[in-house]
Amino acid sequence: MVGKGIRIEGLKKRYGNGDTAVDALKGIDMQVAPGEVVGLVGPSGSGKSTLLKCLGAVIEPTAGRMILGDEVIYDDGWKVTDLRALRRDRIGFVFQAPYLIPFLDVTDNVALLLMLAGRPNGEARSRAMELLEALDVGHRAKAMPSQLSGGEQQRVSIARGLVNRPPVILADEPTAPLDSERALAVIRILNDMARKYDTAIIVVTHDEKIIPTFKRIYHIRDGVTYEEAGEGRAFD
Amino acid sequence: MISLAGRDILHAWGKFVFTGIGLGLLIGATFTMAGVYRGMVDDAKVMLDNSGADLWVVQQDTLGPYAEPSSIYDDTYRSILSISGVARAANVTYLTMQVRQGERDVRVLVTGVTADGPGTPGWPPYLVAGRQITRSHYEAVADIATGFKLGDRLQIRRNQYTVVGLTRRMVSSSGDPMVFIPLKDAQEAQFLKDNDAIVRSRARTSQNPALNRPGVPGLLDAVITSQSTNPYVNAVLVQLEAGHVSEDVAGSISRWKRLKVYDRAQMENILVGKLIATSARQIGMFMMILTIVSAAIVAFIIYTLTMGKIREIAVLKLIGTRNRTIAALIMQQAIALGLIGFVVGKITATLWGPFFPKHVLLLPLDAVIGLVAVVVICILSSIIAIRAALKVDPAEAIGG
Repeated sequence: MVGKGIRIEGLKKRYGNGDTAVDALKGIDMQVAPGEVVGLVGPSGSGKSTLLKCLGAVIEPTAGRMILGDEVIYDDGWKVTDLRALRRDRIGFVFQAPYLIPFLDVTDNVALLLMLAGRPNGEARSRAMELLEALDVGHRAKAMPSQLSGGEQQRVSIARGLVNRPPVILADEPTAPLDSERALAVIRILNDMARKYDTAIIVVTHDEKIIPTFKRIYHIRDGVTYEEAGEGRAFD
Repeated sequence: MISLAGRDILHAWGKFVFTGIGLGLLIGATFTMAGVYRGMVDDAKVMLDNSGADLWVVQQDTLGPYAEPSSIYDDTYRSILSISGVARAANVTYLTMQVRQGERDVRVLVTGVTADGPGTPGWPPYLVAGRQITRSHYEAVADIATGFKLGDRLQIRRNQYTVVGLTRRMVSSSGDPMVFIPLKDAQEAQFLKDNDAIVRSRARTSQNPALNRPGVPGLLDAVITSQSTNPYVNAVLVQLEAGHVSEDVAGSISRWKRLKVYDRAQMENILVGKLIATSARQIGMFMMILTIVSAAIVAFIIYTLTMGKIREIAVLKLIGTRNRTIAALIMQQAIALGLIGFVVGKITATLWGPFFPKHVLLLPLDAVIGLVAVVVICILSSIIAIRAALKVDPAEAIGG
């Protein structure tokens, strides 16, 4: 069982009402332990993005239960009042494209989340530097996003997702724009970071290159998940 | 917390600066329009101040001598002098016309002043070069805005005048510089006909049996003489003795001489409230249009800048940025744009103001009002962009 990390039970999401209603999620069960990286795989329209938005507290599920760490955050209704603070403090995001803020340098892009939470600038930047060093982009700390390569931008994006030490990180196709070598490097970094910071990471992907790297994979089809053991090839 | 707006501006400073310069030129034009209005009001007040008069005595039922034509006999001032409370009284004429000097001509307000010497109402109170008029004919004192120099020969109607003195800031309410000449010359200039017209006039008079009676010798000559002279002036300027109230003296003149009398406040009201009122409304309309255009530009630029950051705003919202932080980012950028525009506008208005043909008066108070207006307009203009930004769904950062 998962002591922390994230657990989802019978999560449903319905769009619309009456005859036009669409059941995007029909009862999702998932659990990801701290330090674990799992893959969430499925074809387009299978409900991957809807599930990610529910997990990210961006849209409200229709029913089910979500437990983040030891706290029930959703049980047929939100159990936390400030979803914005929940996203800021307890969930990390890594996007398909890095979406770095173009007018902030690398350090401030990473430190911004902590600054928004009210941490002193010095402390926030110090934490950001620590992560950037860990992700091997410390030497680009003062660079602007436009001066970075695609791989560097994605590593900065991962650092931003980790900076608030969230119990869970939601990675939305983080390797999509990268070639095989860099894609595998990103997955390796996510595994390293998950272990180092005891974070549960869910990687949404349909990238065939990286699917064999997961030890555990959730397949999603027509709003329902099926769990299977992965090969975990790259990290054995 | 770092300033997101400041970082964004520094990142795209070229875009902000050039947009701010464009906006600043519009704001500069708005300031200049305000300065033109202030200049007109100031010109009107300066003209009243420089006339040295406490009361203006004019033809009954007119708003003369500046806003309407006024004509009173030139010996009226003598009887006015006898009224209690009147220290000095002097005739004056005003005639706006083109004055020629060599090959060029200048639009001026020709002012006829009596030959009593400096201090007489109507005389220029100070000179910047030369001397006052000392002869009773063919000398002139000109405002330096005319471009005339000492010794220049001016042509007013058929007569030549020598510029003997130069003064400054002596302008009409419409901004035309003043040229002072002796009263008799000015009276003549107002009514002087060309030679052909005089010949025709004399012929008509001599052919009129009522005016050319063989049995009344001298009648025709007397009529022709009366037609050739002008016993009228536009106004009598009055200075009061110390301790006398203008209302009382004005009342006496009005009652006994059956003339209209205006004091300083009434004359200022006529000039500002009536004479330049239409121009002021015209300028007001221009300013309103320029303000609306400026606001539209700020709104458009800020909206465009914001729409270009939709994905970043979605990310910011997703990672927990407060709405007020995003609103502040947009509003601060709008205000920064406005401040750049204000500085550029103030500088440009100050630089190009002196090159305008009429007096442009830029008051510090107007600059303060302008600054507040710019900030308010920028805040209001940013509302559309803020509304658009706050409608951005953080979910846009996730998935396709």
